Amino acid sequence: MTLTKALTGLALSAFLMGSAAFAGEITINSDHSDPTPKKAMEELIADFQVKHPDITVKWNNFDHEGYKAAIRNFLTADPPDVAAWYAGNRMEPFVKAGLFEDVSDVWAANGLDDQLKSAASSMTIDGKKWGVPYTYYQWGIYYRKDLFEQNGITPPKNWAELLAACEKLNAAGIVPFAIGTKALWPTAGWFDYLDLRVNGYEFHMELTSGKVPYTDPRVKAVFEKWAELVKPGYFIANHAAIDWQDAIPQIVQGKAAMYLMGNFAVATMKDGGLSEDQIGFMQFPEITAGIPMSEDAPTDTFHIPAGAKNKEDAKTFLAYLASPEAQAKMNTTLGQLPVNNQAAKPTDTFLEAGFTMLSNAHALAQFYDRDAPAEMAKAGMEGFQEFMVKPDDLDRILERLEKTRAKVYK
Amino acid sequence: MQHDPQPAGFWKRNQMKIAPYVFFAPGALMFSIYVLIPIVQSIWISFQDWDGLGPKTWIGLANYVELLDDDTFYVALKNNLLWLGLYLLAIPMGLAAALFLNQNVWGIRLYKSMFFFPFVISQVVVGLMFTWFYAPDFGLFSQMIKWLTGSEVAILADERYVTYGIIVAGLWPQTAYCMILYLTGLNNLNSEQIEAARMDNARGWRLLRHVILPQLAPATFIAMVVTVIGALRSFDLVSIMTAGGPYGSSQVLSYFMYEQALSEYGYRMGYGAAIAVVLFLIMMVFITLFIVRMIAQERNR
Repeated sequence: MTLTKALTGLALSAFLMGSAAFAGEITINSDHSDPTPKKAMEELIADFQVKHPDITVKWNNFDHEGYKAAIRNFLTADPPDVAAWYAGNRMEPFVKAGLFEDVSDVWAANGLDDQLKSAASSMTIDGKKWGVPYTYYQWGIYYRKDLFEQNGITPPKNWAELLAACEKLNAAGIVPFAIGTKALWPTAGWFDYLDLRVNGYEFHMELTSGKVPYTDPRVKAVFEKWAELVKPGYFIANHAAIDWQDAIPQIVQGKAAMYLMGNFAVATMKDGGLSEDQIGFMQFPEITAGIPMSEDAPTDTFHIPAGAKNKEDAKTFLAYLASPEAQAKMNTTLGQLPVNNQAAKPTDTFLEAGFTMLSNAHALAQFYDRDAPAEMAKAGMEGFQEFMVKPDDLDRILERLEKTRAKVYK
Repeated sequence: MQHDPQPAGFWKRNQMKIAPYVFFAPGALMFSIYVLIPIVQSIWISFQDWDGLGPKTWIGLANYVELLDDDTFYVALKNNLLWLGLYLLAIPMGLAAALFLNQNVWGIRLYKSMFFFPFVISQVVVGLMFTWFYAPDFGLFSQMIKWLTGSEVAILADERYVTYGIIVAGLWPQTAYCMILYLTGLNNLNSEQIEAARMDNARGWRLLRHVILPQLAPATFIAMVVTVIGALRSFDLVSIMTAGGPYGSSQVLSYFMYEQALSEYGYRMGYGAAIAVVLFLIMMVFITLFIVRMIAQERNR
């Protein structure tokens, strides 16, 4: 009796859930689990509802780490109407597996090719657009302004000046660069920037898409520049044992002066007790003269799964997400940069600097672990970490990376 | 005059024959669903090239060929052997702790539970505690090393020490486990035998070696089984403490499998399954040894 009841209830609710996906309701799956992104997302949805009262939004918020595994399941088993993900090669497996919907029409209808220009290339695969970017943030060198002043250093503009600054700091008993490589990815920031400055964006893209061998002399040249910082001990010791946050205290205590990081590091530095006028931001200095400056700017995106039930309304949502107002408001909450170049400029000092830098950038890389396929990225970043510990083993490391490259890009 | 009553139904006739199978069925069903079928599936997947989403392609032994050419595989294999060898230290250490605690003094229960404590807390917590213990700058261990030698060693960032560092962390709870096994064993000692041995003037080491240890053989056997299997499936500590790093030097097979098949940088199901099959074969060697021994013991009874 109770069993029958339960079964009926179950069947009924299944029926209700099945039929709930009528036009006028969209389901969004995303990983905005941290407090700030969660707030930004809630605001976005509330504003969207005000503008489109006929569409009801159902939002499933996933844990940030768990989402990476969950998306693989729900895209095939129970696709939502909109799903959060990342640009560049990170979305490629889903595009190739036919799990994301082509949204080129949303781009064309809303003039996004122009407004989202800086991220257009990283949203394009096979000449089509596969999602809408809504936020990114800049990478660059964050430094202790007061330590620079005490040692008579002006922010370096090129490699020679950077080396001279490092030498001065080192002589003053300050380690030039903080870094924590336990999680591997901080090393990739260094590789990206050195490669972007030594060889340029086009070469970097060729390398990350597997067209250039890692044993190429141009790749080696990147590591030679890197070695000029590694060999004299310009990075903090034991960096392989710590995460990036664990290296922040060294900056706060004045034991280290610079940190190549994403803009999110500023919040951590401020939490550590640094005031805003103690922190400076500079673009990664020029290495090969004449190569246009490109930057790392990892972009977060929303997509429509190919199996979505309500694609019409999902497209309305993406169009709203792409609009200057929505992006400006969302990124003010997030503390990041709007992708839409019509959006109001951020007021925060560091974001404003980043906004100017990225608007003038020649091109934007997504970060090594999003530009290169996952397996290559993992092997590559392990190689970078090993190089930072044992710079003399470079040839052996590059040969290993080349072996992986041959395997990954069949 | 009367005929024998018609033999009862099918069930009555075959009850004795069927009953064992009925009792066996639920267990067999569970074992098939959760153990046997997944093993077969893993072996099946290990012959495929599959990213977990798209179609599978049959590539025969290619995954295994690639594995034999993969440097990380040999690092993981070497580390697994290290784990296997050093993890067995938990058995004598557990025995020593058990012998030490097997006395009747006031508050011994409290001491026993404190010794057993590391086994109760999660491996993840053990891993975090040891990570902080080893941490350069503020970790207790690196402070001690600094005080003794004047220079710091970041255990978890140094490829020479990292695996040993993790194994030491693993030995802490494993020793506690072995200790509990031996403590229960010590409770069941035959006191008459020990008295007889004492009358024959056996004491100390010889008493332990010839009278106590043989009686503890079942406990030693179980301790051996759980320790060997624990060493081979060491995953949590590696994952928490180093994630296989620095640059893959603390890799073990189980973590390597996870990384290739399921981590953020992986999704090569076929390759991961091939690693799992290799790990399974290594485990099979030990499992077979244990099972053969257990069957032999059953027969002797």
